[in-house]
Amino acid sequence: MHMTDSRTIAASPEEVWAAILDPEVLKQCVPGCTEMSGSAEDGFEATVVQKVGPVKATFKGTVTLSDMVPGQSLTLSGEGKGGAAGFAKGGADVKLTAVEGGTELHYDVEAKVGGKLAQLGSRIIDGFAKKMADQFFSNFQSAVEGPQDGGDDTPEADGEGGEKKKGWFKKLVS
Amino acid sequence: MPKDHGIGASQKRREDVRFLTGAGNYTDDINVHGQAYVHFLRSDMAHGKINNIDTSAAEGMPGVVRIFTGKDFEGVGGLPCGWQVTDKHGEPMKEPAHPVLAQGKVRHVGDPIAAVVADSLEQARTAAEAIVLDIEELPAVVDMAKALEAGSTKVHDDLADNLCYDWQFGTDTETTDAAFKNAAHVTTLELVNNRLVANPMEPRVAVGDYSRANDEHTLYTTSQNPHVIRLLMGAFVLGIPEHKLRVVAPDVGGGFGTKIFHYAEEAFCTFAAKACNRPVKWTSTRSEAFMSDAHGRDHVTKIELALDKDNNFIGVRTDTMANMGAYLSTFSSSVPTWLHGTLMAGNYKTPAVQVNVKAVFTNTVPVDAYRGAGRPEATFQLERVIDKAARELGVDPVQLRRQNFITSFPYETPVAVAYDTGDYHATMDKMEELMDIPGFAARRAESEKNGKLRGMGINCFIEACGIAPSNLVGQLGARAGLYDAATVRVNATGSISVMVGAHSHGQGHETVFPQVVAEMLGIDESMVDIVHGDTSKIPFGMGTYGSRSLAVCGSAMVRATEKIINKAKKIAGHLLEASDSDIELKDGQFTVAGTDKSVAWGDVTLAAYVPHNYPLEDIEPGLEETAFYDPANFTYPAGAYACEVEVDPDTGKVTIEKFVSADDFGNVVNPMIVEGQVHGGIAQGIGQALLENCAYDENGQLLSASYMDYAMPRADDIPHMASYVVDHSCQTPCTHNPLGVKGCGEAGAIGSPPTVVNAVIDALHSGGHTHVNHIDMPVSPSRVWAAINGQ
Repeated sequence: MHMTDSRTIAASPEEVWAAILDPEVLKQCVPGCTEMSGSAEDGFEATVVQKVGPVKATFKGTVTLSDMVPGQSLTLSGEGKGGAAGFAKGGADVKLTAVEGGTELHYDVEAKVGGKLAQLGSRIIDGFAKKMADQFFSNFQSAVEGPQDGGDDTPEADGEGGEKKKGWFKKLVS
Repeated sequence: MPKDHGIGASQKRREDVRFLTGAGNYTDDINVHGQAYVHFLRSDMAHGKINNIDTSAAEGMPGVVRIFTGKDFEGVGGLPCGWQVTDKHGEPMKEPAHPVLAQGKVRHVGDPIAAVVADSLEQARTAAEAIVLDIEELPAVVDMAKALEAGSTKVHDDLADNLCYDWQFGTDTETTDAAFKNAAHVTTLELVNNRLVANPMEPRVAVGDYSRANDEHTLYTTSQNPHVIRLLMGAFVLGIPEHKLRVVAPDVGGGFGTKIFHYAEEAFCTFAAKACNRPVKWTSTRSEAFMSDAHGRDHVTKIELALDKDNNFIGVRTDTMANMGAYLSTFSSSVPTWLHGTLMAGNYKTPAVQVNVKAVFTNTVPVDAYRGAGRPEATFQLERVIDKAARELGVDPVQLRRQNFITSFPYETPVAVAYDTGDYHATMDKMEELMDIPGFAARRAESEKNGKLRGMGINCFIEACGIAPSNLVGQLGARAGLYDAATVRVNATGSISVMVGAHSHGQGHETVFPQVVAEMLGIDESMVDIVHGDTSKIPFGMGTYGSRSLAVCGSAMVRATEKIINKAKKIAGHLLEASDSDIELKDGQFTVAGTDKSVAWGDVTLAAYVPHNYPLEDIEPGLEETAFYDPANFTYPAGAYACEVEVDPDTGKVTIEKFVSADDFGNVVNPMIVEGQVHGGIAQGIGQALLENCAYDENGQLLSASYMDYAMPRADDIPHMASYVVDHSCQTPCTHNPLGVKGCGEAGAIGSPPTVVNAVIDALHSGGHTHVNHIDMPVSPSRVWAAINGQ
């Protein structure tokens, strides 16, 4: 399936860029991520626990970054194997543009699933993937921006601790 | 008074007592002491190159007996295809290897990669998770038209392309083209016959056992034809001679064709039982069934019908792509050709009929026979195009069909078969009577008052079944004979066991076959049992499919019973001191004609086994006879079907308000069972027409692999019994088998899909949606709504 969206983050493109390359940030932002190691150069190894409809699985996979233009754009590609549950893979083309009040982050996501995930979850997979992408970028926005008074972009609870730590990255780098 | 015994009696099914009280003995009920369990690790990719399968970690897991991969089956035969089709250039079809476990590549989601044998099923599944696969995903070929494009990814690298065969059949091109050139009107229709999953209630199971003591293999399996499995697996896959291989198919919970075929899991369990020196059991999960049972249908067709100025059919031309899936299943090649092309004349005297079929390999589960097998595909296209022609010409669809009916028999069609008998006007008359066509206008008005559109669809069908004359199918490429066999074993006290080659998995043979023997001998049915489903107990048999059991195996049973009667008359003649030619058998008594001298059935059978006063110089003791029967022709059941639907124009939802079938099955042995067969067949046809669809995405991922996504027909999708009338009172007996029977198992599934679609189109036209000339099955609410709204 294909998803595209954009959101404005109250931070400079440089701050956003640095956050994307940080495995700790990614771990906090990927919904259901329990482990994340590696580096932007060599790629990341991740473990993600997710439930898609009736299928619950632990996905072990890799995330690689490519086509990197610092401060402007990159491509994230991931592939996870869930054993008997099947597999999921996808990629996101991310573009950063400086705008008034921060950075516009535009993403273009392509994802596909296979095996039991496709067989049992095909009716709900599009909605699921959209929710995952929304959560990821919401978590990411929170991590970079810090707590918002209005709270209108509060990430959802299953963001694995994203709420408690939101904004920590920005505090570190600023 | 309806009969309550013998041929023609609606006896209740004796097998139902055990089925309905939990006393059945299905393959999964069979547990052999010391058995291990196998779990198959299946591909979750549609197409991939196997670089490495690392089983080292899994082998050390608790309870693991042994892990097998494709390497263990090098030197073992592949799964064979039982029918060689010759293409239009005289070349044999392409037959790629079909290994028991994948070798080199995986070719569909569900393709078995490795098999873990362990002490428990849970241990086998857990260990399978520890197998590390290095499989490089390749682009998948799913769409048949794309698969045939030059440069398409190939499912089988050793073939030139994805074409299995390009087959042409029937009238030559010059004559066919001339018919179309001379036509006053040509109707063209492009359609899809949707891919289906058979979904028998009982999933497949296999238990392999091996006896070191005598080097004997036993396979318990969910099969419609244990001897066919013994032949295919013994001779072509594992190299086990018949006397060392026993195949048992006990109670089987439905087959619908999908349990005809020889599957990898059967060969695996038989092979592994010897390799592990332990019985090995596999029970399919429902998820596995969706991705490993052979699927059905999946044709894409363009059909053209040429009519002269008087609306006589003068030509039919079809062009079909038939999906074979990734490998050739046992009878897959015969379905779109000899079981489909031979039916394209239908009930009509069209002089020119040409059928073109391209069979295509794709990265999908293999496709093979499913209830009707080729004949539903033929009937659907022909009866849909006739309906469209009637609409285009503004003529009554009943009348258009009637004026083109074949009326004199035998009739040699342009597509190789010769119909021996039939009366298509009679079934049409009966259908019209039962449907109350004059009352339709009022019913439509009533529906319209409620904001609904009402439509009526009618169609005819014919099928060639009672499969099949061996010499004919041999010429057509079958690699087996299609006769059947029965042994009638009369015991000393007069009770009878009949060992039959037909297998009963819901059809009711255990009730019907004894009715025939009891009628012939004049004894009570309770004295007769049939034995089936075990190669060590029955003489031979090609099994149950193609509506053949009574027409072919039943005929063998009649012949064997005739031999019994002949011998029994000799014994009776001896006991009565009369010539056996003067002995008459009636109501279980042997009487000297014209006298009151008689002996009872039991006296004769006892004499046969206690031959103290017996003509030992003329005949042997004992009373047991075997007959093999090879039919002289197919049988040709035919009928006329009609239904009324209501369509909700706001939602597109279709409900079937009334369904009527008028079938000609020739003679009928048990009317209640025949009606049950037709009820079930029509329910499956309605399922295909309205609900069922096996869907793949463009990457070859199977999307409909559970009952959440694959819609089976349920009770409330089928009309209520009073509106669901199945009639078989029109009977033109088959001319070439001793019972005059034609077979009824598939008719409902063959005849009913076009009925439903014709009715939906009629409903939409009545609502002014005259731009809708066709909707592909399943005619789901979304498809109907989209068609109404021009989307």
